[in-house]
Amino acid sequence: MPFLEIDDLHKTFGPNVALHRFDMTIEQGEFITFLGPSGCGKTTVLRMIAGFETPTRGTIRLNGRNVTHMRTRDRAVGMVFQAYALFPNMTVAQNIGFALKVAKRSQKEIDARVAEMLELIKLPQLAARYPWQLSGGQQQRVALARALASKPQVLLLDEPLSALDAKIRVSLREDIRALQRELGITSIFVTHDQEEALSISDRIVVMNDGRVEQIGSPLDIYNFPRTRFVASFVGTLNILAGRVIDPGSGRIAVDGQELVTSRPLPPDDAGKERLLALRPEAIILEPPSNGRNSLAATVEQISFLGAVVRIRARVSNAVVSLDVFNDPNRTLPERGQPVALGFSHDNLLVLDENAR
Amino acid sequence: MKTHMKTRMKTRMKTQSRAGAWIAMIVGTMYFVIPLAATFEFSLRMRRDAYSFDAYRVVLGDPRFQASFGYSVLMGLLTIVIGVLLVVPTAYWVQLRLPKLRPVVEFITLLPLVIPAIVIVFGYLRIYNSSSILPLTSNERATDLLLVFGYVTLSLPYMYRAVDAGMRAVDVRSLTEAAECLGAGWTTILFRVIFPNVRSGILSGAFLTFAVVIGEFTIASLLDRPAFGPYLQLIGANRAYEPSALAIIAFVVTWASMGLIQVFGSARALAGHKT
Repeated sequence: MPFLEIDDLHKTFGPNVALHRFDMTIEQGEFITFLGPSGCGKTTVLRMIAGFETPTRGTIRLNGRNVTHMRTRDRAVGMVFQAYALFPNMTVAQNIGFALKVAKRSQKEIDARVAEMLELIKLPQLAARYPWQLSGGQQQRVALARALASKPQVLLLDEPLSALDAKIRVSLREDIRALQRELGITSIFVTHDQEEALSISDRIVVMNDGRVEQIGSPLDIYNFPRTRFVASFVGTLNILAGRVIDPGSGRIAVDGQELVTSRPLPPDDAGKERLLALRPEAIILEPPSNGRNSLAATVEQISFLGAVVRIRARVSNAVVSLDVFNDPNRTLPERGQPVALGFSHDNLLVLDENAR
Repeated sequence: MKTHMKTRMKTRMKTQSRAGAWIAMIVGTMYFVIPLAATFEFSLRMRRDAYSFDAYRVVLGDPRFQASFGYSVLMGLLTIVIGVLLVVPTAYWVQLRLPKLRPVVEFITLLPLVIPAIVIVFGYLRIYNSSSILPLTSNERATDLLLVFGYVTLSLPYMYRAVDAGMRAVDVRSLTEAAECLGAGWTTILFRVIFPNVRSGILSGAFLTFAVVIGEFTIASLLDRPAFGPYLQLIGANRAYEPSALAIIAFVVTWASMGLIQVFGSARALAGHKT
C-alpha cells in the first residue's frame, strides 16, 4: 500500500484555478520534489498535504488514514519554511523541543531528544542561542531539527534553500538529503530550481500552470522530457519543428533536411508537424556520417563560458545551441561559417503531441 | 564658472534650510516648554518669598490624592489587561485570516478619537442605568467595570495601533503555521508564540493606555467614580498652587510611561532583533 496517496486533488481560489488535477502515490522513504515556476501550484499541493489549505475536491490519504479534512496538528507532518519561521522568543533548544513540550513529554525526554537532534544537525554548541544570533544556514538547520524532533510521518520542505546564498544552498541540500536517507523519512521538497531538483530527488513532479507536466526520476525528466514545457524548464533544450515523413522508420524532415529518430512514432503521424528536442550536449561538430543525424547550419554566435564553449547555429528559422569542451588545440568555427551538426538517432526526442 | 555658481547656490540653500530647521525647532520647543516652565515655576511659589516644594508636599500628603491616584492606577491596570486580551487576538485574527477587514477594524478603533468621551458616557448611562435590563450603575463595583470598559474603548486607538505594528513586524503567518505543524492548539499559539513576539508592541500600548487613564476626567466624573481626573479638577477649582503641582506630577507620570516605551523599544533593538 502506498504511504501517501493523493487522488484527484483540485483547488480553486475564487475564480482562479490553482490546481487542475493532481494524482500521485508516494512510497515510504521516498524523496519527492515538486518543480515548477512560481504560481504553478506546487506550493498549493504542499500546503494541502500540510493541512493549511482545504482541497476543493479530492482526497489525501496518509499511511492509510484519510487526512483530507484533518487539522494540521493532528496530521503529524513536519514542515520547513522558506523564511525559517523559528520562534524568535525561544532559544534553539526551546525551538527544537517545542513539539514535545506541546505534547507534554517529560523535560528529561525533551532534553535528550533536543541533544540528539542538535547532534544530527551538527550544531550542539548553539543550544542556548536565540535565532537572531544564527546565520541563515544555521537557522534553517535548526528549523529542520525542529520539524523532525517529534518524528513526523512526512517532512515537507517549502523552498527551504531559496533564502540562502549559493554555497550554503549546495551544502545544505546535500545535508538534507543525507539526513533524509539516514532517517528514512518520506519527504516532499518544493523548489523552482531545476538543479536542486535533479540533484536530490528520487522522483520529480514537474508542474506548470496548475497541471502536472511529468512525473519521473531525475534522469527520466532530463533525458526524456515529455512536453515542451519540461524540456525547456529542465536544462537547456533546442526545440525544432519537423514534419514526419515515415513513422515506421522514424524519418522526419526539418528545414528540408532528413533526420532519423529511434523513438517510436504512432503510425498515423505521417505528414504531421511534431516538436523535436535536442540537448546541447548531445550535438557535436562533425562531417555527416552514416548511422548518425546531420544538420547543416550557420554559426551565429560563439560564447566562451570557461570549461565549455556554447555555439549558437541557425537552421532556417530555428536556433540550435550546442556545447563543445574548451580545447586550446582546436580551432573554433567563426561567425557566419557553415557547419554540420552531428547527433545520434537516440538523441533526437519527439515531444508529446499535446506539447504547447 | 557655472559649476562654481551652482555649488555656491547649493551651499547657500543648505545653510538656509538648516537655519529654517533651527527656527522651527526653537519655536516649537518654546511653544511646549514655556507654559510648562511657567506652571512649574508657579507651583514652587506657595511660600511667599522663596521657592519651595510646599505645594507638592501638600498634594502628596493629601489622603484624597493618594486614594484617587491609587484608584486610577488600579483602573489603568485593569484596562490594560482587558484591552490586551481584546486587542491582541483581534489584531492577530485580522492579520492572519481577515486581512480584507483591516480597514474596517482600523476605522472602528479610531472612532474613540472622533466621538467625544461625553457622548460615550451618556450612551452608557442611557443603556446601563439602574432601570435598564443590565443596571451596571446600580452598585459601585459594576460601575467600576463600566468605567474600565469605557477606558478600554478610549485607549483602543493607541492599543490597537501599537499591537498591530508589532504584529506586522513578525511573520505571524509562518510562525502560526510552524506552531500548528508542531501540534500546538490556538491557546498555545496565542500565549506561547504570538504574545511573546509582540511584547514590545503590547508594552507600548499598555503605557499609552496608562497615560490616557491617569488623566481621564469625563467618564470618571459623570459615572461619579473617585478617580484622579476628577480630583485634579476639584483641586484646580479650589486651590491656587496645588493644581500646578498636580499638573506637573501628571506630566511626569505620562513622561515616565513614554520613557518606558523607549526603554523597552530600544532594549529590543539593542538585543539585535530585526523587528
